Amino acid sequence: VNQDFSLSCPIPISQYPQILLAHGGGGKLMHQLIEKMFLSAFQNPLIETRHDGAVIDLQNARLAFTTDSYVVRPLFFPGGDIGRLAVHGTVNDLAMCGARPLCLSAALILEEGLPMETLWRIVQSMQQAAVQAGVQFVTGDTKVVDRGKGDGIFINTAGIGLVRPCLQVAPARVRSGDMVLLIGDVGRHGIAIMAVREGLAFDSVIESDSAPVVDLVMQLLDEGVEIHCMRDLTRGGLASAAVEIAEASGLEIRLDEKTIPVREDVRGACELLGFDPLYVANEGRFIAFVPPASAEKALQILRSHALGQGAAVIGQANSGHAGMVAMTNAIGTTRMIDMLSGEQLPRIC
Amino acid sequence: MEAILSSPSSRVQGFLAAGHVCTVMGYTEYEPIARKYHVPIVVTGFEPVDILQGIYMCVAQLEEGRAEVENQYARSVRRRGNEPAQQIIRDVFEVVPRKWRGVGEIPQSGLGLREKYRELDAERRFGIEHQTVEESPECRSGLVLRGLIKPNECPAFATKCTPEYPLGATMVSSEGACAAYYRYRRVRAAGAAAAKESNS
Repeated sequence: VNQDFSLSCPIPISQYPQILLAHGGGGKLMHQLIEKMFLSAFQNPLIETRHDGAVIDLQNARLAFTTDSYVVRPLFFPGGDIGRLAVHGTVNDLAMCGARPLCLSAALILEEGLPMETLWRIVQSMQQAAVQAGVQFVTGDTKVVDRGKGDGIFINTAGIGLVRPCLQVAPARVRSGDMVLLIGDVGRHGIAIMAVREGLAFDSVIESDSAPVVDLVMQLLDEGVEIHCMRDLTRGGLASAAVEIAEASGLEIRLDEKTIPVREDVRGACELLGFDPLYVANEGRFIAFVPPASAEKALQILRSHALGQGAAVIGQANSGHAGMVAMTNAIGTTRMIDMLSGEQLPRIC
Repeated sequence: MEAILSSPSSRVQGFLAAGHVCTVMGYTEYEPIARKYHVPIVVTGFEPVDILQGIYMCVAQLEEGRAEVENQYARSVRRRGNEPAQQIIRDVFEVVPRKWRGVGEIPQSGLGLREKYRELDAERRFGIEHQTVEESPECRSGLVLRGLIKPNECPAFATKCTPEYPLGATMVSSEGACAAYYRYRRVRAAGAAAAKESNS
């Protein structure tokens, strides 16, 4: 018998023999990895909805389920810390499925030497954020790795939430004509992190927008707004989220740059660094696709909420080029919005 | 720039000079180049309106037969640049020869760490001083940079060379010429198909 013979498939990604940082950057390389390796290995109808979480139909309930890992450096930054992020990111992913978050798990990977005081601050922050988002941590796990084998602390949280009967919120539900609503200004989280990491000082401190958006989503659903799809604008920013939805729905999305709110200080920092605010990460922002008849009502509801005061209609889906995102910019030309390969890098010329 | 302009095959008629470089370095070094090769050089910012105005200023010079250094990006760039920053750069780095993709080695075209900072030099620290990286023989980015071919005239364009697996600098940067052609190739194809349809 030939011992070397095996039925395993060849590695589906041939261009890169090793993982690069760009494979986690929220751009094309990450999507290639997910599609070619994970989706193809784990294929099933739930994973193939390509949503922020899976919605599982049980006998008497519909359960949303999601997980996310947090590896941010620095651990504390203006407007938040890794503990808050670990709660907001996961409850927001549940909210994007139209779910009311119920319970979270927390898995902490700690590096030998992490000050106990730092850990305590993070844990307290997680607790406060959980209370604010109306969820509880109900289970968890702790591992400690050798000094130098971790970045202080890595956190994974998984969450479950309840989806009301008959509610379908997914990229495949987006229809031609749907309006794209954005709940507020973009780019703050990424710039806040970058400013601390690179020691950049601006006239004002730019704070992360990290926040739970559960209330906002529940209010929209409670008031009977028909929502076809929602997506939070984390890694890869507004641009990558729009491209993901355009590709998954087979529609074209047209955005209007003038309607996309970006704060002056964020815009200035972006110009200085050579970043496009459309690709900068947010932690408390999402877009919603709603039929035109619901758009006005949705805007009113969003704007009446503290987190949604800057809400705006920023574009519309149409049946033009499938999978394409185009943006009319301030000087009247049209620009194609594509996913980046990896992460945005500061302009050096 | 001198390497490009002194090539007999050069078709370059003017330059938009990079705004961030000039914010630090100023633009006095460009003045002799503009005179010697009789090319307009316009220091330009990066926003769409900056680029438009930079091109306009460049074209206006060509129309009027002028070849000067002009500053479109005055909200960031001064003629002499940021002198304290230049001093720090001179303290840390020295000018060295550098190899340029598709052009070859150019004397005095790069910066290397000075002896007192040498221990921080990754080449020395990780013992990779003598490692050489082979350029892909299929990459035509040198010709693209000199304006001799369009990115889509390169045989590797969008086949072996993509933003996810770039062969040259002009495809690596999301603002590079090849990356821009790659991003808009779908629109071009769709536009051509629509034109064909309306003709038939």
